[in-house]
Amino acid sequence: MVAATSQKSISLTLRVWRQAGPSAPGKFVDYPAKNLNPNMSFLEMLDVVNDELVRKGEEPIAFAHDCREGICGTCSLSINGKPHGPGRGIATCQTYVRSFNDGDIVVVEPFRAKAFPLVKDLIIDRSALDKIQAAGGFISVRTGAAPDANAIPIPKADADLAMDAASCIQCGACVAACKNASAMLFVAAKVSQLGLLPQGQPERDRRVLAMVNTMDEMGFGSCTNQYECSAACPKLISHDFIARMNRDYLKASFRSVFKPAPAVTSGGGA
Amino acid sequence: MAQLDSRIPPGPLADKWRTHKANIRLVNPANKRKYEVIVVGAGLAGSSAAATLAELGYKVKCFVYHDSPRRAHSIAAQGGINAAKNYQNDGDSVYRLFYDTIKGGDYRAREANVHRLAEVSVNIIDQCVAQGVPFAREYGGLLANRSFGGAQVSRTFYARGQTGQQLLLGAYSALMRMVGNGGVQLFPNSEMLDLVIVDGQAKGIVVRNLITGEISRHAADAVILATGGYGNVFNLSTYARQSNATAIWRAYKRGACFANPCYTQIHPTCIPVTGDYQSKLTLMSESLRNDGRIWVPKKAEDRLKDPNTIPESDRDYYLERIYPSFGNLAPRDIASRAAKRVCDEGRGVGESGLGVYLDFSDAIKRLGEAGVAERYGNLFDIYHEITNENAYKVPMRIYPAVHYTMGGLWVDYNLMSNIPGLFVLGEANFSDHGANRLGASALMQGLADGYFVIPYTIGDYLATQKPGSRPSADAVEFKAAEQNVVGMTKRLLDTKGTEPVSHFHKRLGKIMWEGCGMARTEASLKKALQEIPKLREEFWANVRVPGSEKTLNQSLEQAGRVADFLELGELMCLDALTREESCGGHFREEHQYPDGECKRDDEKFAHVAAWEFQGEGKAPLRNVEPLNYEFVKMSVRNYK
Repeated sequence: MVAATSQKSISLTLRVWRQAGPSAPGKFVDYPAKNLNPNMSFLEMLDVVNDELVRKGEEPIAFAHDCREGICGTCSLSINGKPHGPGRGIATCQTYVRSFNDGDIVVVEPFRAKAFPLVKDLIIDRSALDKIQAAGGFISVRTGAAPDANAIPIPKADADLAMDAASCIQCGACVAACKNASAMLFVAAKVSQLGLLPQGQPERDRRVLAMVNTMDEMGFGSCTNQYECSAACPKLISHDFIARMNRDYLKASFRSVFKPAPAVTSGGGA
Repeated sequence: MAQLDSRIPPGPLADKWRTHKANIRLVNPANKRKYEVIVVGAGLAGSSAAATLAELGYKVKCFVYHDSPRRAHSIAAQGGINAAKNYQNDGDSVYRLFYDTIKGGDYRAREANVHRLAEVSVNIIDQCVAQGVPFAREYGGLLANRSFGGAQVSRTFYARGQTGQQLLLGAYSALMRMVGNGGVQLFPNSEMLDLVIVDGQAKGIVVRNLITGEISRHAADAVILATGGYGNVFNLSTYARQSNATAIWRAYKRGACFANPCYTQIHPTCIPVTGDYQSKLTLMSESLRNDGRIWVPKKAEDRLKDPNTIPESDRDYYLERIYPSFGNLAPRDIASRAAKRVCDEGRGVGESGLGVYLDFSDAIKRLGEAGVAERYGNLFDIYHEITNENAYKVPMRIYPAVHYTMGGLWVDYNLMSNIPGLFVLGEANFSDHGANRLGASALMQGLADGYFVIPYTIGDYLATQKPGSRPSADAVEFKAAEQNVVGMTKRLLDTKGTEPVSHFHKRLGKIMWEGCGMARTEASLKKALQEIPKLREEFWANVRVPGSEKTLNQSLEQAGRVADFLELGELMCLDALTREESCGGHFREEHQYPDGECKRDDEKFAHVAAWEFQGEGKAPLRNVEPLNYEFVKMSVRNYK
């Protein structure tokens, strides 16, 4: 039985946050979304609603999206109060209409955090995360200066754990899910990935200090160990990495008292 | 007529790159900071180029339409990256990687470019490991490899199913390091809408800020486009929704030649279209064909029946029947075309009739459900997530989808287009994959161009430009380009028709898929060439773009991109019509062997077709760069 194609259609009421610009007042507006194919993705439903708005001469709902396969990290909707919606371990773009019941009212909002100022409707500005990366989320290696790739063996377990951390898609759901709007899961993932690898050791101290300090400057809160971040993470990145980062940060802080790290925001190089 | 000098260095194949590097002009270190370079795009090619040029001391401005450079669609590549490391001791070498890539491209790429690609492939892996890219490893701590299509050695490096993501994050981290120390000025949310030519050379761009709507002019000593492929001309593809051709198309309209636009890659194993609302096609890894059997019902009237009730005698395992030696592992282009043929016969499955079964029931009998889950569990999960079907119980439905474009702007050996000062990297250029790209070669090319080719070759151009001689962004050419952009924006907003942009994009996609898709004929192409101009006219008469140009306006962004696709699609059909042979991804039904293989015509078509814009409403000029095979014998591509 090809079950999925024989299901009945679903009709929803979308209660969508509309806000013309950063300083304009925002409000919820209801839009009917009728006779939807249950196998339609949530974003495809918004496409259809938008096309109808355009035909009526209204401005479509602005929302961020790109790859629509859960890897680029662009989509960023809170659906019924949950970042990325009801599913676990998926991004907004991997949410399907069949996750809802016929007749449901579905509340659609942007990710909300002080460090993510609203741009328009459902679109937010997440450039604070790029600034954290620019402060230290790298290994300083000039192109062409690398030794042979097999010169330094890395235990498989370390490489695998680094890969778990590296699967972060920088969507900001961890921040939106946290009552403190903390970015610690995001920062911890990057700090852990590079800190687990031998190539990341020379800059380990300055990296964690720079990234954590920049995170604080950008207006993100701190972690109070509720782990909403991991629960909302589309890649299910573990909050264990936060403990790892805190340990690194503490050690680096002590060490930097005796041997101050160089100016952290200069990435080195030319 | 454009001058197409490929500038391939003389000498033995294996020495060309080394000799070239030793002979080209250099810019002295103190002078590098006096040059500004614009990089448009920040995928693998753009990020790696911007980071490396800044490390060398050039002042770099990097423009991306994404909110962060890390969102570029390189991030979605799954399988891996090829490199001739021979870590497996299985006989790999630079020559073998070169040969496989040339043959895979059906002898329609330049020997010298492809050999250079194979040479630098080994450096890419070193560079990425040093950056902290967590490639898969063996228990001994050394790097793991797997094998991929079109090769008989294991040379593919991978990071789970997220190789593109990890390589892009490596390049992104290098880029952000240079942003942090001021070497690169980053312009996110910025879309290039025109190229500025001053005295015949590329000297800047015009950009729209997608948040504020502000139009700005930027001057530089050289411009690099690394803006990806144009597969979204088909509307439905495995590309990201925002992927577009606008940067390269507007460069084409400023005089850059567009090479082999008809070369597109169709990947055989994607999840089929389910409805008119669909925005995206998702790839299912080709590895599934190792254990899955592909079939359709023998009788068209069975196509909507529950597949589990169709008896064995009523099933047509068509790949096993037609290609007994390769069976379900027939090459990508063969498998794609065969699926299309059975669907055209009315035997396609699913509501749309555009699907074939990929059936694991035999594998489950042989290995048990747990055995199949161990090999492919994550893919079955993805399939379930999208289709809500359990592929352990019901066969998967798959169908081919547009995946990559081998064509792109014409470049010489230095990756410079026919416009001096305009360089083109990655999928946006045409250079290395000929008429068909092998798996795990796209990531290799993007990073080769950005890390290891452009940092050398750009100096050869910049050394001819006096430091400080770049024009002001207030020069008349810049203002004229800005007016061009403002005019087009106004025209889109003022049309005030009745249909949204998506309406036209969907119809264009359908015309392209039917006329210039997996199989092309003279008749289908001529039909498309009649329909596209009509659709374009309709678009300009009846598109509705609400809102203003002074704010974030996604309809406006989309409208500009679709307007360009409506022109590019026509050029693709024209190129496909003119190339009266079959090669790689370009399959003209009139030119095939009895077994359905591509029939090339090396006498007439062993060349690159580089199209040159002649003005609105005028037929473009078809320039030709002959492909001289000095080192490899062109032969019939055979994987049997």
